[in-house]
Amino acid sequence: MGLSTSVLLTIALAPLLGSLVAGFVSPFLGRAGRAVAHTVTIACMIVSVALSFHVLYQLTVGGADNYNQNLYTWFQIGQVNASVGFMVDRLTAMMLVVVGFVSLVVHLYTIGYMRDDPGYTRFFSYISLFTFSMFMLVMSNNFMQLFFGWEAVGLVSYLLIGFWYKRPTAIFANLKAFLVNRVGDFGFLLGIAAVLTFLHTLDYASAFSAAPGLAGQTLQITANTQWDAATVICILLFVGAMGKSAQVPLHVWLPDSMEGPTPISALIHAATMVTAGIFMVARMSPLFEMSSTALSFVLVIGATTALFTGLIGIVQNDIKRVVAYSTLSQLGYMTVALGVSMYSGAVFHLMTHAFFKALLFLGAGSVIIAMHHEQDMRYMGGLRKYMPITWITMWIGSLALVAVPFTSGFYSKDAIIEAVGLSHRWGANYAYFCVMAGALVTGLYTFRQMYLTFHGKERFTVVASHGHGHDDHDHHEPGVLAHAPKESPWVVTVPLVLLAIPSLLIGYVTVAPMLFGNWFGSAIHVDEANNVLAELGQEFHGAAVMALHGFTQLPFLLVVAAFVICTYIYVFNPALAGRIKQALKPLWTVLDRKYWADEVEYALFASGGQKMGRLFWKFSDAGVIDGVAVNGSVRLVHRGAALLRRLQTGYLYHYAFAMIIGVIVLFGGYRLFGN
Amino acid sequence: MFNHLLSLLIWLPIVGAVPVLLAGSARPMLARWLALLITIATFVISLWLLRYDPEGSVMQLQETHVWISTWGVHFTLAVDGISVALILMTTFVGILVIAGAWKVIQNRPHQYMACMLLLEGLLIGVFCATDALVFYAFFEAVLIPMYILIGMWGGPRRVYATLKLFIYTFTGSVFMLIALLYLYQKAHTFDLATLAALPLTMKEQAWLFFGFLIAFAIKVPMVPVHTWLPDAHVEAPTGGSVWLAAVMLKIGTYGMVRFILPITPDAGAHFAWIVIVLSLVAIVYIGYVALVQEDMKKLVAYSSVAHMGFVTLGIFMAFMLVREGGNTDMASLGMQGAMVQMISHGFVSGAMFTCIGVMYDRTHTRQIKDYGGVINMMPWFGLFYVLFAMANCGLPGTSGFVGEFMVILASFSASPWIALFATFTLIIGAGYTLWLVKRVLWGPVTTEHVKHMTPMTPRETWVLIGFAVAVLAIGVWPQPLIHLMDSSVAHLVQQLAVHKI
Repeated sequence: MGLSTSVLLTIALAPLLGSLVAGFVSPFLGRAGRAVAHTVTIACMIVSVALSFHVLYQLTVGGADNYNQNLYTWFQIGQVNASVGFMVDRLTAMMLVVVGFVSLVVHLYTIGYMRDDPGYTRFFSYISLFTFSMFMLVMSNNFMQLFFGWEAVGLVSYLLIGFWYKRPTAIFANLKAFLVNRVGDFGFLLGIAAVLTFLHTLDYASAFSAAPGLAGQTLQITANTQWDAATVICILLFVGAMGKSAQVPLHVWLPDSMEGPTPISALIHAATMVTAGIFMVARMSPLFEMSSTALSFVLVIGATTALFTGLIGIVQNDIKRVVAYSTLSQLGYMTVALGVSMYSGAVFHLMTHAFFKALLFLGAGSVIIAMHHEQDMRYMGGLRKYMPITWITMWIGSLALVAVPFTSGFYSKDAIIEAVGLSHRWGANYAYFCVMAGALVTGLYTFRQMYLTFHGKERFTVVASHGHGHDDHDHHEPGVLAHAPKESPWVVTVPLVLLAIPSLLIGYVTVAPMLFGNWFGSAIHVDEANNVLAELGQEFHGAAVMALHGFTQLPFLLVVAAFVICTYIYVFNPALAGRIKQALKPLWTVLDRKYWADEVEYALFASGGQKMGRLFWKFSDAGVIDGVAVNGSVRLVHRGAALLRRLQTGYLYHYAFAMIIGVIVLFGGYRLFGN
Repeated sequence: MFNHLLSLLIWLPIVGAVPVLLAGSARPMLARWLALLITIATFVISLWLLRYDPEGSVMQLQETHVWISTWGVHFTLAVDGISVALILMTTFVGILVIAGAWKVIQNRPHQYMACMLLLEGLLIGVFCATDALVFYAFFEAVLIPMYILIGMWGGPRRVYATLKLFIYTFTGSVFMLIALLYLYQKAHTFDLATLAALPLTMKEQAWLFFGFLIAFAIKVPMVPVHTWLPDAHVEAPTGGSVWLAAVMLKIGTYGMVRFILPITPDAGAHFAWIVIVLSLVAIVYIGYVALVQEDMKKLVAYSSVAHMGFVTLGIFMAFMLVREGGNTDMASLGMQGAMVQMISHGFVSGAMFTCIGVMYDRTHTRQIKDYGGVINMMPWFGLFYVLFAMANCGLPGTSGFVGEFMVILASFSASPWIALFATFTLIIGAGYTLWLVKRVLWGPVTTEHVKHMTPMTPRETWVLIGFAVAVLAIGVWPQPLIHLMDSSVAHLVQQLAVHKI
């Protein structure tokens, strides 16, 4: 039994339809346009999500075969074919459900969050368009369509980061995000070209079955240098993932992307789009298994991202930026999992992370609404009594993030840490240190954030006459609110609850099949020699046992340590934070300036590029080509003509004299050379 | 009618220019409507070209008339798939250009419209000619209406720009003329099919190759003979710029395909590396130059040079792939990519210049610093502007992606180094295009110029919708276009492999 093409098409196209209606119909309906926009897009999303669950059910319980068919030919030149088509197996189905579910929840949340925004319908159009693009990406059965989805989600991300286009910071951030992603895509596209060169196809299934043939093939770089083909392909493809999944050093765009409205930070820049790189590498597992060099590269990059971006999170004051750096760090964990050939572990963490990180972002958004668009945690504190639902759900998300046993985050993250410990791949020791230390760091920034926001003294005052608010995104006096914070409306809190449930439970329920039960089947390919997960699985005796065991392990003890430290500092001795900051001033500066990555990359690429452009333009284009060659020839002709004109004096005796000289020269020449 | 379809397509706009001219400045609306009807009629007639059968012989719809009997020159016309695609693009853009200039040109609109029609007919002629002398005549004649367009309706430095345009391109043409005369005295005919079969020594081919290359490289334009283009664009009226970018540049690369590939295949293969290097220089170096432009039109003009680099790269890379690796599939892929890029660039650059025209008509400035926050005043315009900007930086789903994607895929098989430099366009192209968008479209309204901008008129909206439909259609489903050109491209690739010595 197979999946039906029309069902899959409906899943992909329903959000596109919603987007078109919200974008092109709603603006012409006046006031009613807003209701039309959210009704239609949400209805389309419900259809998509319901069908996604249906597909997942069919594949897991219904016994349906994997789907892999082309829909139409995009181009056919000789033997080279590019098509638009779907490949739907359990990996895809899981992504569909996660993306669709989070997207639906975010659609709902947006009704509350963007209520007073003049760009209301445009926002719905964008997030539905995003969902369509993301579906096309995960359902693709070939590299061309993968690249389409890849760039299309980048486009929507660009539009959404710059959603408030009047803010200079927002339009700087969206340009930066697009360009940094393009650096990744530069590698990605080269990787696709390399796949076509060596495997002679753009189709996944054919490429994967031809992958073992890569062994021993080399790419001629210079006359004497040859590189292993599989390594070149995989590293190039991974460069794409580094851009999209914000790995060091291409991570710089993600924190700035927080300029966008919070719902999209949750949907795009935490739960779904940024995990596209992880998904892609998992999908390409048959290729990556061919090169352990490339996997070591993946491992080291991921480990570096996991630890060092997490450290920055500790010194952030903006509530969204803390979550953003946390996202970077967690993406690092997923990348580490890929690096030790634990693809299903990476995808598993992708799934649990999607729920709890979306929850944390939407919770942060709820706080931001309550604080009248104040995002600085230094002006928060004690919010728990004003907004209990946000408070409790965010704690649930935080516990999952720091991987307290029994929460979803525990199962995915703990498995990654243990698998890295078992791996013998080059770089695994470094990675093990990074992910272990990362557990402490995660605890530190998470508990700090929760304490600063919800606990301790209120660091804001309520002045009834002051300002008014909501729409006004520009900051007035910090820490002064027009009216007391209050719990957000149901369209905001219901999504929080909807996300809190899987954040708590999904790991417990799914860890046995997804991580240790070969649930992904043929979608993920791991060589026996690299299979750390199978090794880990031998010690697995059920989710409950794993969690109980987790209480005694080092990662959990590190989290407890972080909890104790943060509790002492932020609850019992708030002055200490400042003193620590003073004592560790150099370290604090390094983190606060984010290792100067922004400055260095800006100087190298942005100003460097402009300087180079100016040099090329003024010196070679205007100077040499136009100045010397073109206008120079004009001047030469001009001067030559002016010189020749002097001969035309108009005096008869000059001409007669010239004639006589001419005759003498002619005859003299004839006499001398004539014979 | 079908026996003389190509003649009809050429002469309808050219002869149609006469009544438009006769309408006079007293009846501008009559002139405009006449011009619009003629372009629409030309477009509708050109749709019959779709009867071109890709499975049939390469050259179809052949027409022959004796032109100069003493020299044996025939006025022969025929089309292959590539010509059909280019002619359809020309006739489609023709309508949009006339509609786009509707109210904008107030000074002698009848002459302007007549010029446009003349230009359209001559460009169609270039794409139909299968006789070298006929080609040459149309190729040169195109300069005349363009010269008048820029000279009469151009900006303040129009005299410098027109002279530069004319002398630059005319210098190149001299070399082509010499090459043609040499071929004529060997073959006693200007018929391109005969010339293609003419055996030539390597030395002869080399001279001929450079003769043709100089002529066509200036027209494309390739680095380092590109400097006439930014000046011409900056001074040209919007319609002139659209013609120039959308169609006129293509006659350079089209000439390469018609002359260099079949007549001098061995020299072409031997010197392909020169063109490949210059193409890569165009993509990277010109990308940097585009980045720092302060004038919107100059920026898009430089971006045109970079994008045409993909066309020349695709064409000449095919030599490498066929001759060195025998890789016909990849060679066809690169060549097809080049052809698709020609069509796509016609629409994308045409749309970009039309967008600039829409803004210029409101503010009378092209300086980027005079803009900022245009989207606040013209929200729907913003939609189109972002769409075309994305097409310009090769976003999948738009036509701008298709050709570049194919050329890059093929280039990796030729050499990873070529691929490396070609793919750089992803970064630099996005850099100059989106930085332009940031400075012009986004942000708060800060300048007086922008404060007084008015939303798009329905006419402007329809013109941009026309471009948008073309850009998206090719981007979403390029196969029909590719199928149309497939057998012609395969034929070209075969010609590359033929050794003449």
